[in-house]
Amino acid sequence: MAVKDFWKRHENLYFAVSNKKVILGVTVFLAIVALAIFGPMVTPYDYEEFAGRGYQPPSKEHWFGTTIMGRDVFTQVVFGLRSTLLVGFLAGTIASAIGLVVGFVSGFFSGKAPDEGLMALTNIFMVIPSLTLLIILSAYLPYRGIATQAIIVAATAWPWTARAVRSQTLSLKSQEFVNLSRISAAPTFRIIREDIAANMFSYVFMVYILQFNGTILSSVGLEFLGLGPTRGISLGLVLQNAVNWNALHLGMWWWTIIPGLILTLMIVSLYFINTGLDEVFNPRLREM
Amino acid sequence: MGRYLTRKLIIYIITFLFAVTLNWAVPRFAPGDPIKMLLSRFEVMEGGKDILESFFVKTFGLDRSPLQQYVGFWRSLFAGDLGVSISQYPKSVFNIIRGAIIYDFIILLPAIILSWIIGNKLGAFSGVNKKADNFLMPVFYFLTSSPYFWFALVISYVFGIVLGLFPTSHAYSATMRPGWTLAFIWDFFLHWFMPFLSLFLVQLGGWAIGMRNMIIYETNTNYAKYMESLGATERLIRNYGFRNGILPQVTGLAISLGTIVSGAVLTQMVFSYPGLGYLMVQAIKQNDYFLIQGCFLFLIIMVLLANFVIDIIYMFIDPRVRHSYSGEV
Repeated sequence: MAVKDFWKRHENLYFAVSNKKVILGVTVFLAIVALAIFGPMVTPYDYEEFAGRGYQPPSKEHWFGTTIMGRDVFTQVVFGLRSTLLVGFLAGTIASAIGLVVGFVSGFFSGKAPDEGLMALTNIFMVIPSLTLLIILSAYLPYRGIATQAIIVAATAWPWTARAVRSQTLSLKSQEFVNLSRISAAPTFRIIREDIAANMFSYVFMVYILQFNGTILSSVGLEFLGLGPTRGISLGLVLQNAVNWNALHLGMWWWTIIPGLILTLMIVSLYFINTGLDEVFNPRLREM
Repeated sequence: MGRYLTRKLIIYIITFLFAVTLNWAVPRFAPGDPIKMLLSRFEVMEGGKDILESFFVKTFGLDRSPLQQYVGFWRSLFAGDLGVSISQYPKSVFNIIRGAIIYDFIILLPAIILSWIIGNKLGAFSGVNKKADNFLMPVFYFLTSSPYFWFALVISYVFGIVLGLFPTSHAYSATMRPGWTLAFIWDFFLHWFMPFLSLFLVQLGGWAIGMRNMIIYETNTNYAKYMESLGATERLIRNYGFRNGILPQVTGLAISLGTIVSGAVLTQMVFSYPGLGYLMVQAIKQNDYFLIQGCFLFLIIMVLLANFVIDIIYMFIDPRVRHSYSGEV
């Protein structure tokens, strides 16, 4: 009985764990995260070390083959995945936080001065091609760490979140229960916390997933251009090296296709979690 | 109608001011002192002293106050003077950019327009056909999740190297002489195809997913149910849904232009396709600061203009905007 009660109280959780898309997405995502966490411990090589004969396709000793210089691609991928995931996590968090605060404030004060100002700022940042702005910023910063990269990626990633959160806040604000709180003279902060923020939780979670995807894609793009962290390895850097050494023309598909494929699969898995959760939080979509 | 456009125009002008200011400020205040680096590079070059005299004094004007420097920057910008390239000395940045920008138009315009149209159609089809949906949705998600440059690499590997159908780099063969000959156009087309295809396909997924969700949402609305109860055909309801769903997609196009242009930078990089993006990355590798700034500026102008065009189109297809700003309703 206790089990049944538990599911009854946590209805959303029940739909989440029984949703096929969520299950599939979470499995793939966790597998790739595990690869990033445990991979560097499992592999006997270092990512800069000469690990064996160069130009080798995937084999028992080298799961993803070796590069032209005889480095182990698997080792490079797992170390690179670590750094790329870390950047995505940091940047996604910062960008979501900025977007949430900006969107929330301007939605709450819609039509007033803070709203006008913040939305103008948002629109400006939205129009500027973020990667080119990042390129400009990175090009002038000779030394970049993971944190620096995360901050500059986040600085250009937040606008759409701000817009989306603003419109969500606007529609929540006109709900009857919010009006009721207002006419019963509840303090503004309490309305924000109990009526609006509480109802936005699921939405915020999904925004976070999308931000994570977006920031990972832009940081990998920067890394590919050689504008990522100046030290260490990252997925984009692995691919850049592959291109610089003409890996594809030499038929070394394992060096280029595999690292990108893992990244793409991870992002797909997060999209699956996202759409799955959408169905969970949005009962109307459940039958689909 | 006029008010709607002025409002948008003001935002774009502010954005432009902001971008130019950024372009002015970053090399001056960034760590590593890029200006000093520039100066030392010019000094060793032949005729470098003259450039120091003419351009640096005018643009950077290091002996003047920051405000005067800023005004001077704008003045030379309007005179079309973006400086002189270091890597392709003594060509002016403006001329280099003028030669490259055509390649951006030639792959970006068809890729954006076609993927938007076809993506919307495919998405609408996927939204009403469950069997197709089960197969198509994962494909769409895969496309939209791929990093632009990785997908370009995959396309290049499959079509360029394994199948050997298309050349994998540059805009035309080195042996070809540009002109309106059939041989050149065919050669140009072969080089154009893969950059176009990879940009087209990566964008396609996003539009299809958006439209699919819109169609599912629209067919569940009250007006659709009302129409159904009146005995309207499914096709008619779907068409109405499509017309409503297309509006957010137009807004979406405006929002994602920046991302698409960024994607084009990376794609050009993979195929060594000599557009602005490729130029910009080469400029970064050679620390050619004037060229970097020039490319940045032109990419932003391109996005701003495209946004403005989309705003005008939106005004024509959304009756609410048309009426609300002209005071008809």
